[in-house]
Amino acid sequence: MEFFERFAIPHPSPAIYASMVAIGLTVIAIIAGLTYFKKWGYLWREWLTTVDHKRIGIMYLISALLMLFRGGADAIMMRAQLSMPENKLLDAQHYNEIFTTHGVVMIMFMAMPFIMALMNFVVPLQIGARDVAFPRLNALSFWLFFMGAMLFNISFVIGGSPDAGWTSYFPLAGTEFSESVGTNYYMIALQIAGIGTLATGINFMTTILKMRAPGMTLMKMPMFTWSAFITNIIIVFAFPVLTVALAMGTLDRLFASNFFTTNNGGMDMLWANLFWVWGHPEVYILVLPAFGIYSEIISTFARRNLYGYKSMVASMVIISLLSFLVWVHHFFTMGQGAFVNSIFSITTMAIAVPTGVKIFNWLFTLWKGKIVITTPMLYSLLFIPLFTIGGVTGVMLGMSAADYQYHNTMFLVAHFHLVIIPGVVFAMLAGLTYYWPKMFGFMLNERLGKLSAWIISISTLVAFIPMFFSGLDGQARRMYTYSEQAGFTMWNMISFVGAAGLAIGFALIVYNIYYSIRYAPRDIGSDPWDARSLEWATHSPVPEYNFAIVPNVDSTEAFWDAKKKGHKLFKGELEKIHMPNNSPIPFIMSSIFFVWGFSFVFAMWIPLIIATIGIFGCMAYQSFEKDHGRYISVEEIKETEEKLGGPTV
Amino acid sequence: MKELFPIKQVMGFIFSLVLTAVALAVYFFDMSFTAGMTILLVTAFIQAGLQLVMFMHAGESEDKAHIYTNVYYGIFIAIVTILGTLLTMVWGYV
Ligand code: HEM
Ligand SMILES: [Cu+2]
Repeated sequence: MEFFERFAIPHPSPAIYASMVAIGLTVIAIIAGLTYFKKWGYLWREWLTTVDHKRIGIMYLISALLMLFRGGADAIMMRAQLSMPENKLLDAQHYNEIFTTHGVVMIMFMAMPFIMALMNFVVPLQIGARDVAFPRLNALSFWLFFMGAMLFNISFVIGGSPDAGWTSYFPLAGTEFSESVGTNYYMIALQIAGIGTLATGINFMTTILKMRAPGMTLMKMPMFTWSAFITNIIIVFAFPVLTVALAMGTLDRLFASNFFTTNNGGMDMLWANLFWVWGHPEVYILVLPAFGIYSEIISTFARRNLYGYKSMVASMVIISLLSFLVWVHHFFTMGQGAFVNSIFSITTMAIAVPTGVKIFNWLFTLWKGKIVITTPMLYSLLFIPLFTIGGVTGVMLGMSAADYQYHNTMFLVAHFHLVIIPGVVFAMLAGLTYYWPKMFGFMLNERLGKLSAWIISISTLVAFIPMFFSGLDGQARRMYTYSEQAGFTMWNMISFVGAAGLAIGFALIVYNIYYSIRYAPRDIGSDPWDARSLEWATHSPVPEYNFAIVPNVDSTEAFWDAKKKGHKLFKGELEKIHMPNNSPIPFIMSSIFFVWGFSFVFAMWIPLIIATIGIFGCMAYQSFEKDHGRYISVEEIKETEEKLGGPTV
Repeated sequence: MKELFPIKQVMGFIFSLVLTAVALAVYFFDMSFTAGMTILLVTAFIQAGLQLVMFMHAGESEDKAHIYTNVYYGIFIAIVTILGTLLTMVWGYV
């Protein structure tokens, strides 16, 4: 009995028991459903063992959407709790757990997989490749992310959620102040997912450097591919810092080392330092692919080529460097001198310059363009003013002297939501709508899509603008309640209304997906948006080999030139195509990682050792396995092409 | 026969073993913290360079330029991070 006590929730409530039941029932329903419809084999062959970048992209997408709703539920609870003074909906402990899981889920398990989804799906198509450089590693990345996310998500029903904030500052996150296993979950789940992300970084850098179609020099790559390239460089250099910091944190918590403790030579703020050495580049990891998506969408629907291609590339390269030079702006108030703060204030201001260059390039692209307002374009246009509010308040926060006023108030919370929501979430929704026909062969309903874009934009403003005011009035972030005399009531009530509006907007997107699955026409061809880059030069949905003949490129907009200027994209004859085989190893190995992580969280050493051996066993098996891939014959290609409707250009 | 024997690699291997032995010496001999740290850092960096260039063939393929650009970029980021951390946590801390 004693053994099982450790899995109990330290601070239960009826809501948590209800969730346990709900989770149990869902699992049973899924298993029963799969068995009843005899889908186990299909699931295993087509999805769990796949190495196809398009399917992996779709799995990232589904996970990201699920996590969006998980994180969104947290958000609604928080705003509901704060909507009235002295509210009793949540107590302090639950509030702490909820803001922690909200932050982690949204950044690590919603935004990250969302950009991974689009990168996976789009980049190989945009560069005319058949897959990524290391398809199996790609599957491993996905499954590691997925298992990390699942490990994190079971925390609230087994052992208790982390409650030290998504930043998990020590000494609060140390064992002295966070006794429950919650923070172990944080350390280990992020570690597992982070390894997957690092592998993706290496994989995509190699893919973009090595696998471009003939003729596509670096300066002829589409802008989204450029943004993905820079993003992955930042990932490769930033994520190891997180890996090391998490490992040190884990050692502190489970093996009583003293990296981040307040005595025995430990340095608690070193955690904050390392966290933000990774954390600031991370915000650019999120926002650069989003910028790439906007570049594609804006040039497509302004019906002209992107203004200032070279300056777009240059500004991203500069951002990738500067993003490593600003991290101290997250703790100006730690106690370092004015000299240090001034240095980091200046670098922080400097990063706004290349960002501004990009905004102006989009505006110039729009100017003189023939603008077509579609749902993706609407998101892109709404992004510009909203993101500017977030950016300008960022510059305010960047002035270290002034930051003593704003730091850790709701003003800060308003800033980062107004950069992340328009910057990342809008881009992902725009990208989702834009690439939906390429993924699934039909379009999402435009009327519903535009309606949700408007609802989400207006609700974002309603939810977050009041926080600037309550923050300036002194409302601190992460406080679970306030008194009526504090005078924050009205702002928080408005904010709650905005949050509810956001929920409605997202629900509308789900309804749109359902509606379009049922009613959208399927005969839309392969290029429904009249777009410009290579991903639209193949069929929708895309055959597994992507392109029957590898395309031949001689400009940044090869497909547009093929359509309008008679450039010949596909030269030569059909040949048999070499493709990688599916493999169960990534899924199995990541499942073992899940067990490994779970054992680690609860300091169960024997299962941990067994799982570790299992992981190495998988790697050894993989090293000795002889797998030369397979060939798709010319007849088979012809048949597929015929079925999909013959050549596209 | 002579061309077949990978003399360069064998020498490299021996050299890397020597570097390891020197680093290990820090544990067995009594020396000041500074001296120990210096030996460790110097041997570590030589070791890393050796591995990268000789055993991971950094300079041997045609995309040498990409590889070295990445390495320099990495070194730059690492130096900035370490110096920046020292600046905020130690030198500039009042
Ligand atoms: C114009 C560019 C930007 C500037 C000058 C800027 C500046 C800042 C500063 C100074 C802080 C710390 C404030 C404090 O703690 O008191 C901060 C926090 C934050 N920023 Fe920005 N920022 C910018 C853009 C972005 C972007 C593009 C993102 C994400 C896509 C972002 C995400 C965040 C997040 C998540 C935090 C707070 C994290 C936390 O403490 O929980 N920022 N920003
Ligand atoms: Cu930052």
